[in-house]
Amino acid sequence: MGLYLLKRLGGLLATLVAASIVIFLALEVLPGDAAEMQLGQNATPAQVLALRTELRLNRPAVERYLVWIGGMARGDFGQSYSYEVPVSGLIEQRLQVTIPLAFLAMALTILLALPAGIFAADHHGRPSDVAVSGLTQLGLAIPNFWLAILLVLLFAVALHLFPSGGFPGWNHGLWPGLRALLLPAVSLAAVQAAILTRITRSAVLEVLGEDFVRTARAKGLSRPATLWRHVLRNALISVVTIMGLQFAYLVAGTIVIENVFYLPGLGRLVFQAIANRDLVVVKNAVLLLAAMVMVINFIVDLLYAVIDPRLRISRP
Amino acid sequence: MALLEVEDLRVTLPTARGPAAALRGVSFSLEAGEALGLVGESGSGKSLTALALLGLLPEGAAVGGHIRFAGRDLLALPERELCRLRGNRIAMIFQEPMTALNPLQTIGRQIAEPLRLHRALSRSAAADEAIRLLGRVGLKPAAGRARAYPHQLSGGQRQRAMIAMALACAPDLLVADEPTTALDVTVARQSLDLMAALAAESGMALLLISHDLGIIAETTRRMLVMYGGQVVESGPTAAVFAALAHPYTRGLFAARPRLDGMPGRLPTIPGSVPDLADLPPGCPFAGRCALAIAACTAAEPPAVDIGPGHQARCIRLDQQPPAGDPVAGGPA
Ligand SMILES: Nc1ncnc2c1ncn2[C@@H]1O[C@H](COP(=O)(O)OP(=O)(O)OP(=O)(O)O)[C@@H](O)[C@H]1O
Ligand code: SF4
Ligand SMILES: [Mg+2]
Repeated sequence: MGLYLLKRLGGLLATLVAASIVIFLALEVLPGDAAEMQLGQNATPAQVLALRTELRLNRPAVERYLVWIGGMARGDFGQSYSYEVPVSGLIEQRLQVTIPLAFLAMALTILLALPAGIFAADHHGRPSDVAVSGLTQLGLAIPNFWLAILLVLLFAVALHLFPSGGFPGWNHGLWPGLRALLLPAVSLAAVQAAILTRITRSAVLEVLGEDFVRTARAKGLSRPATLWRHVLRNALISVVTIMGLQFAYLVAGTIVIENVFYLPGLGRLVFQAIANRDLVVVKNAVLLLAAMVMVINFIVDLLYAVIDPRLRISRP
Repeated sequence: MALLEVEDLRVTLPTARGPAAALRGVSFSLEAGEALGLVGESGSGKSLTALALLGLLPEGAAVGGHIRFAGRDLLALPERELCRLRGNRIAMIFQEPMTALNPLQTIGRQIAEPLRLHRALSRSAAADEAIRLLGRVGLKPAAGRARAYPHQLSGGQRQRAMIAMALACAPDLLVADEPTTALDVTVARQSLDLMAALAAESGMALLLISHDLGIIAETTRRMLVMYGGQVVESGPTAAVFAALAHPYTRGLFAARPRLDGMPGRLPTIPGSVPDLADLPPGCPFAGRCALAIAACTAAEPPAVDIGPGHQARCIRLDQQPPAGDPVAGGPA
């Protein structure tokens, strides 16, 4: 177990460093001068020179990379050019939307998909299985922004149950914040739940065909008991993989839904920062997103080890 | 009354090419404590017979006939009652020790499971009993093995764990379906000997399905030969071995791997097993039988008495095997 953990942790750190280098180089090789890009065409040469010095563009790339990483390690993410505030505060604010939204959407996804997928597999080939399959087809076919608009029209405009957009922050209490995130979370969860239902169904079906399931039945376990005690945990191995990918997507890829609901999330920040050529924000936010995705992958690796003794304990 | 009486057991399976009559009137009986051998080529219906006894046939299977176990007709029992019998009064050991254990649970927990289920033992009492059972099948140190996961054991050790699991509730009937196919020769022999010894020791009846005619000769007093979903010959093992009455039985013995070969390998007879979804009328073996005549395909051959308790389904039992080939099974 210890060795497995150590290896994964080493892998996590190595990928983090690699990602930071890639992000740094990508912004480095962008055509044009970062200072000129930020200031636009109407800047005076004096302004450009001042910004170049501030951004250390006259220093070697290696030094700038190290200063960037060193700053991040101390929690200093630099100053946003377009918002004129420290990047760290900006990102922290945005995370207060993105992280709860991702958790909420993921929770809805799991709550819907695991029971539906297990039920469909258990009723394999029967009408109820076909019905679940049809629903997942529908879930996959509906684009999430379109569902989002439908939900707004119904629950916000017609029924006034939820706000149609915006985010009040968390200082007004838990419920106003949750209320603002619920429709976006449902829009995101619909597709993810459809995907996860299918994955769960096929994972459970695959395990149901294994020899040890027949052994369990031969011991006298009923069908449901076999499902609970022997099938689900085995099926979870492939389900967890997909859940990890989905959570990573929900953290890093919710920009469209954030735009539909005017949510000040991290995806929207990156989008706006790119539009504003605010490279300091782009650089740090993208690295943070990459780091979060890697941490999620690391947690998935940990879960594998918790579920599967073959990863924890090597042969004698 | 016999412990187990199987009467005219018929199983039809749905296949892509229509319903297949996989078992076509299988009948046999088994006394308490008796060991019965079941041999036959691949696809002859041995595993289906075993699964039918446990009520674990593949989904969609249609079953007919009677299976009376300790006076009760298993085919008429509700699933809940069957669950009480499985692993408790009737236990089964499967072909594949490598995949027949749950990879995520310890050996001890998997052996304790039927005890918790049928004996309502507490967790710790069941765990202690599992360790005792592991010692009984020779897995040592038993306590350490109980804590191991399947991937930490060799094939032979896993098969012993399977035997311990099957013996846990001291069943009246143990069904062992080719329990050694995946193991190497010596290990296979050891675990079969162990199983037969433990079954005899605790007075269990044993239905032993095997390709290994040697082990059948050693462990069983009576045997069945299956072909095309039928029992084509049945009788005292010694008598069947001595008479080789049915042409198919002769073929099976001729194709038997030699003693220096691998006893676990499938015997081969020239020709192939008929398609169950589209069986010709008459004797199922006619297409491969050197003695076949027109009458063989006209009607299903009845079971004919050859000796005390010894029967075969063939209309030409009086015929000698073709000259020059004392035990040949058919045209090459
Ligand atoms: N789940 C199933 N669906 C359809 N046909 C099946 C199924 N299981 C078995 N059969 C068919 O039933 C026939 C008998 O199969 P069975 O498994 O009883 O053979 P066997 O004698 O045990 O063979 P082997 O020595 O290979 O284990 C075969 O023709 C097989 O193809
Ligand atoms: S009945 Fe005919 S075909 Fe069948 S085994 Fe006997 S001789 Fe051969
Ligand atoms: Mg078989």
